[in-house]
Amino acid sequence: MTRKRRRLWLLVACGVGLGSATALALSAFRDNLVFFVAPSEIAEKAPAAGRTFRLGGLVEQGSVHRGKEAGQPTAEFRVTDGKGTVEVTYIGILPDLFREGQGVVALGTMRPDGTFRASEVLAKHDETYMPKDVEEALKKTGHWNPNAGPPPPASTWNALDPRQKKG
Amino acid sequence: MIPELGHFALALAVALATAQAVIPLWGARARDPRLIAAAPALALGQLIALAASYAALVWCAVTDDFTVLNIVDNSNSLKPLIYKITGTWGNHEGSILLWCLILALCGGAVATFGRNLPSALRARVIGVLGFVSAGFLMFALTESNPFLRVWPPPLDGQDMNPLLQDPGLAIHPPVLYAGYVGFAIPFAFAIAALLEGRVDAAWGRWVRPWTLASWCMLTGGIALGSWWAYYELGWGGYWFWDPVENASLLPWLTGTALLHSAIVVEKREALKTWTILLAIGTFSLSLSGTFLVRSGILNSVHSFANDPARGVFILGLLAIVIGGSLVLFAWRAPVLAPSGLFAPISREGALVLNNILLCSIAAVVLTGTTYPLFADLLFGVKISVGPPYFQSTVLPLAAPVFAAMTVAPLLPWKRARLGPALIRLWWAMVAAAVVGVVAALGLRRGLPALAFAASAWLIVGAFAELVERTRLFRVSLRTSFSRLAGQPLAVWGSSIAHAGMGVTIAGIAGMSLAISTIVAVKPGTTVPLAGYEFKPLMTMHPSRRAFTTQRTTVTDAAIHTNGFADIYTVLGEEHDGEAVLRLHYNPLAPWIWFGALVMAVGGGLSLADRRLRVGAPAKRSLAVPA
Repeated sequence: MTRKRRRLWLLVACGVGLGSATALALSAFRDNLVFFVAPSEIAEKAPAAGRTFRLGGLVEQGSVHRGKEAGQPTAEFRVTDGKGTVEVTYIGILPDLFREGQGVVALGTMRPDGTFRASEVLAKHDETYMPKDVEEALKKTGHWNPNAGPPPPASTWNALDPRQKKG
Repeated sequence: MIPELGHFALALAVALATAQAVIPLWGARARDPRLIAAAPALALGQLIALAASYAALVWCAVTDDFTVLNIVDNSNSLKPLIYKITGTWGNHEGSILLWCLILALCGGAVATFGRNLPSALRARVIGVLGFVSAGFLMFALTESNPFLRVWPPPLDGQDMNPLLQDPGLAIHPPVLYAGYVGFAIPFAFAIAALLEGRVDAAWGRWVRPWTLASWCMLTGGIALGSWWAYYELGWGGYWFWDPVENASLLPWLTGTALLHSAIVVEKREALKTWTILLAIGTFSLSLSGTFLVRSGILNSVHSFANDPARGVFILGLLAIVIGGSLVLFAWRAPVLAPSGLFAPISREGALVLNNILLCSIAAVVLTGTTYPLFADLLFGVKISVGPPYFQSTVLPLAAPVFAAMTVAPLLPWKRARLGPALIRLWWAMVAAAVVGVVAALGLRRGLPALAFAASAWLIVGAFAELVERTRLFRVSLRTSFSRLAGQPLAVWGSSIAHAGMGVTIAGIAGMSLAISTIVAVKPGTTVPLAGYEFKPLMTMHPSRRAFTTQRTTVTDAAIHTNGFADIYTVLGEEHDGEAVLRLHYNPLAPWIWFGALVMAVGGGLSLADRRLRVGAPAKRSLAVPA
């Protein structure tokens, strides 16, 4: 085994390792990227049914209904970013920090009837915390200008359009 | 008064660290023995100053000094004493200070235990550690100072996030940080070797114990963190492929690779450049892991500090440390002459395979972790990469590691044949096949059955080297036993660590079979799950604790374990006299952390080996007067 052949072997081995890693990563990316979607974006162009994505926004005041389905607890609530609203259904225990009027991120798919079926609901940390993606979405819909100071308390948010609220 | 003393000690530590960076490095370059001799004293001085500073912070926390902003934000007079102490590292400023303290401890350890190192090399190592220390202490002093005061002082503090008030999380950061920061020592050795332009077997022997020690700590730290997530978050999972978790996994993967490639440097003087690069890479990943996470750039459920203003300072520091060391590597690495030829199939070849695969795994995990960040910056799309990505990329790359892990210790150095090694492992293969077939028939699911087979292969096969060395069943049992007692601890250590991996894999495979159900029940009714009858609110105590100061409740899972399975219950909200319960049956769950513990113990045994012991005088250096 000469030095040159050894180097060749090493290069081939590294190439195979890195190549398979790249191939695996690319193929996994194609199937497993999870996009973040705001409710108003769903109104414009709904993601294909069956595609998993994350829906984020604020839980609309007074929209939460808890029920029971085949012995399992269910929850229905509406998620809004001020411009659009999406109905969400979820089977399971809502997290401790889930509150009306607060930021929430739900993972799941659209159903044919236009509601969102959540498989996971994340409400984060504390009452002042706003999920970063939700914050961006709020900025986009014009509900919050970051230059005008901190975001208004989440509980004052509702599905109402800000212009209507003023009037 | 005490906060000022702490503040002053911190400033003193910055000055000493700067001196520690400049004087020994300059002395080693100018070959000035007086400057070289100053290195250990400076390192110990910095350690003492920083320890005093940290003690001052703990004092402020314990005595409820609410004139200190950090204590106001994170403590409360009603908080139990233990969490007042551990709370000092439960926040951004304190955790950075702890990080620096552990780095100073590393410097102190090299100064104390590194007496048998050549003095110039030791001075360079201490100098590099001082350089890193100086940078991050500067950050602590200017950007994240824990001793800032508030006036007027509030009556009481705001308390700590209730999730963090937990014994598991209380000891988790010091252990994890010791693992992260410990890789600074191999890094410093690598930089020192590049500066000297020389890497030899002795270098490998000096680096390996330090690497091993930090690897053990990191393994323990990751396991503790995962265990905490399992019982405290109450989601029933143990690993979420969260950026914070990935940040700790990445240096573990490359650190494991480093551990193995250092063996090749020590025994065969091959793979030198690669080992240097791995040492740099591992510490770079530790650094970026800690600080990118702490600065909130990679946002996640775990990170408790989100302050982008600090990000710039951190990014600058990272650029200097990582960029600088890579430039030095590119410039100086060609000086290191390679030696030690080996065939593709040999112990070296197997260790190279281990390195390639571990680094490939690290690469796919890194890609998945950072891709959302880049997608947001470059294309403005909000995406996240979920567990399915990691599972479908890591598993295929990990499978060959598990396959090779058992065979490699049986291959001789330089040149080997695969056939004889495999024949000697026939009983491990039989064990794996039996377990695999039984699991496949019993479970009717392919992947878990394969994983169980792999775990049997690892656990049984791990002791092949010991069996081989004791010539079990080929000589009398008594001779075998006496040979067993004479085996070096390092052999025991590696066997046990490999078996620990097998135990963890069995746990992971078991968890993939976990079942759960959600029910709303009235007290006194029973719920059947996995052969158990659940009588809610009668035998187990899952709890929701209400924290008055932060007005939040925390759900704690109640876990009943028999060593082979966990019964895990989470209590939801009460509604119309019914309690909502989530019940999980998690087979083999405790094995995940038990396996990690076994791995760490294996590493510790290896560390206790006299041949590797830190500071044990090498026999050769006694014969040749320095």
